[in-house]
Amino acid sequence: MKVLRFILQKEFRQIFRDKTILAMMFMVPTIQLIILPLAANFEVKNVNIVYVDHDHSSYSQKLINKINSSGYFHLVAAPASYLEGLKLIETGDADLILEIPSGFERNLVREGSQKVNIAADAINGTKSNIGNAYLSVVLADFSKDLDIRFKLPPQSASISPSLITLTSTNWYNPRAEYKYYMVPGILVLLLTLIGGFISALNIVKEKEIGTIEQINVTPIQKWQFILGKLIPFWIVGTIVFTVGLIIMYVIYGIFPAGSLLVLYIFAGVYLIAVLGLGLLISTFADTQLQAMFIAFFFMMIFTLMSGLFTSTDSMPNWARVMSQFTPVTHFIKVVRLIVLKGSGLNEVGKELLYLIIFAIVLNALAIYNYRKTS
Amino acid sequence: MPAVTLKNISKKYGDFVAVDDVSFEVQKGELFGLIGPDGAGKTSIFRILTTLLLSDGGSATVQGHDVVKDFQEIRNKVGYMPGKFSLYQDLTVKENLNFFATIFGTTIDENYELIKDIYDQIKPFNDRRAGKLSGGMKQKLALCCALIHKPEVLFLDEPTTGVDVVSRSEFWEMLGKLKEQQITIVVSTPYMDEAKLCDRIALMQNGKIMSVDTPKQIIKSFPKPLFAVKAKNIYKLLQDLRNDQEIESCDAFGEFLHITLVAENANEEAIHSIAEKYNPENFEVKKIEPTIEDSFIRLMREQSDLK
Repeated sequence: MKVLRFILQKEFRQIFRDKTILAMMFMVPTIQLIILPLAANFEVKNVNIVYVDHDHSSYSQKLINKINSSGYFHLVAAPASYLEGLKLIETGDADLILEIPSGFERNLVREGSQKVNIAADAINGTKSNIGNAYLSVVLADFSKDLDIRFKLPPQSASISPSLITLTSTNWYNPRAEYKYYMVPGILVLLLTLIGGFISALNIVKEKEIGTIEQINVTPIQKWQFILGKLIPFWIVGTIVFTVGLIIMYVIYGIFPAGSLLVLYIFAGVYLIAVLGLGLLISTFADTQLQAMFIAFFFMMIFTLMSGLFTSTDSMPNWARVMSQFTPVTHFIKVVRLIVLKGSGLNEVGKELLYLIIFAIVLNALAIYNYRKTS
Repeated sequence: MPAVTLKNISKKYGDFVAVDDVSFEVQKGELFGLIGPDGAGKTSIFRILTTLLLSDGGSATVQGHDVVKDFQEIRNKVGYMPGKFSLYQDLTVKENLNFFATIFGTTIDENYELIKDIYDQIKPFNDRRAGKLSGGMKQKLALCCALIHKPEVLFLDEPTTGVDVVSRSEFWEMLGKLKEQQITIVVSTPYMDEAKLCDRIALMQNGKIMSVDTPKQIIKSFPKPLFAVKAKNIYKLLQDLRNDQEIESCDAFGEFLHITLVAENANEEAIHSIAEKYNPENFEVKKIEPTIEDSFIRLMREQSDLK
């Protein structure tokens, strides 16, 4: 026990002495938590639209006014032909073209229907999809309010499209704001970075410099060395998590709806799991560069597959199964549930079990792989 | 009981044989040298003896403990100073020393007497980070850390490589003092001139031991009279003599060439008459005592002739 205390003392001394890493560990999460949720916003605004009007009627004028006043569209040009509009898409100045055929008003009045053409630049898939959808809603709204309805004969008015109106409520995030969704997720990624990867680099550094040789000829036991590495980063991780929660409250006004204790229990177990991953990486890598690349590989997978940006439910089946095998997925889910929904230990108990299994398996693998004598 | 024994130890890295069937013993309190060029297998032997590496075959003991079965006991009893400086560069001199003392369950004060001579030299830099020390200082600190728990056997892997001449001789003086404290020391070096400072040496080449004996005995067993010759154009003389039928070996040693003859009984006159064939300017010849290096080169040649 005394030996372990001295190892810990040494580790903390080294952590606090490396000013760059120290700054990285505390500044990076802070800055990222402040910047990333603002940038990672899926709300589509400022869709650049090109309006090709072949009709020049009062209806087509009304339509463009309606589109403009929706607040989501920005009219960039109103060229005379579709081809000119397409050129603007090619240069990237426009995202959508709305083409109004000639006879737009006449057909609407006489026949009660008219087709218009929407062309979207699908390079930015989200923007084109959502822009398209917004525009369809605006068009539907426009056609509903048309005064021609009143001029139609009574029997055709009775077959008006639908009488079911939808109103929806966003539970747990009433205004459907992205920051509520992103901030807890980013907090989890930061914890992964500290717990999983800085710890791996730290152990590999001992290998690279050769100090591990010197340690290996001493009576220090395997478990003492490993604990000496895991405990400091567990503590640092918990501190970073706390800093993150404070930022979440101070800057975004998000205070966990659920119990802080449950949140910390999860964070503690999760840190043990990712520390195990870090240890496992360090047993494979001989240089810090190798460790960096392995860590980067996992970080990419974690970021994109954990449901941080895109819901795991909309992934293909194989991807959804795979995402269940990263601890990050479970922890992100839980943090969102606890912070936004206020779930208690009863509701998320299963996830805790998963995380405990991850912690045991990863650490067991790491210890099995870590050999003092080669 | 010898302090260190090796019996038919061998180690392969892939197809490369680093240690080839090596056996020798080191007695208690002995200063034993492993002498050989880079790649001779010295470091592998050290790593096997300090329980860092498992051998592929054979057995070895340190202080009577098997290096595989009783590795924990060995780790309490040996001090190891690797060839590459491997203390914590971001910790200060004192912190490093303190750390290694405490993990062996001792304190600096407890064994201060043992390291006093060495530690006094680096004490002024107590609060300097180990990474910022000069080469010689680093070696002294590494030696202190290897000694702080009063080891029974000390393994020093090329402690003087890359260290200046003055520090090197100081270092060997320190080893002499440690020997007086009854510590068994196994040291490796590529420098032949350091070999004569050991009690016994093992000459190594290509993973094999060529000879184990006292430096004196190794020199004594040099089978033939050895001569040093010199001329104005030394390179031409080297070429000429090497091609001469009567010359057995001719190697450059500083400004002299060391030569032996095929004939068993040779003297200065015989050399003169051979050399005159090539009309060297300012030709000089004298009979000399062989050095360890002469023996080493001779043994190396014999070994490759056997192949």
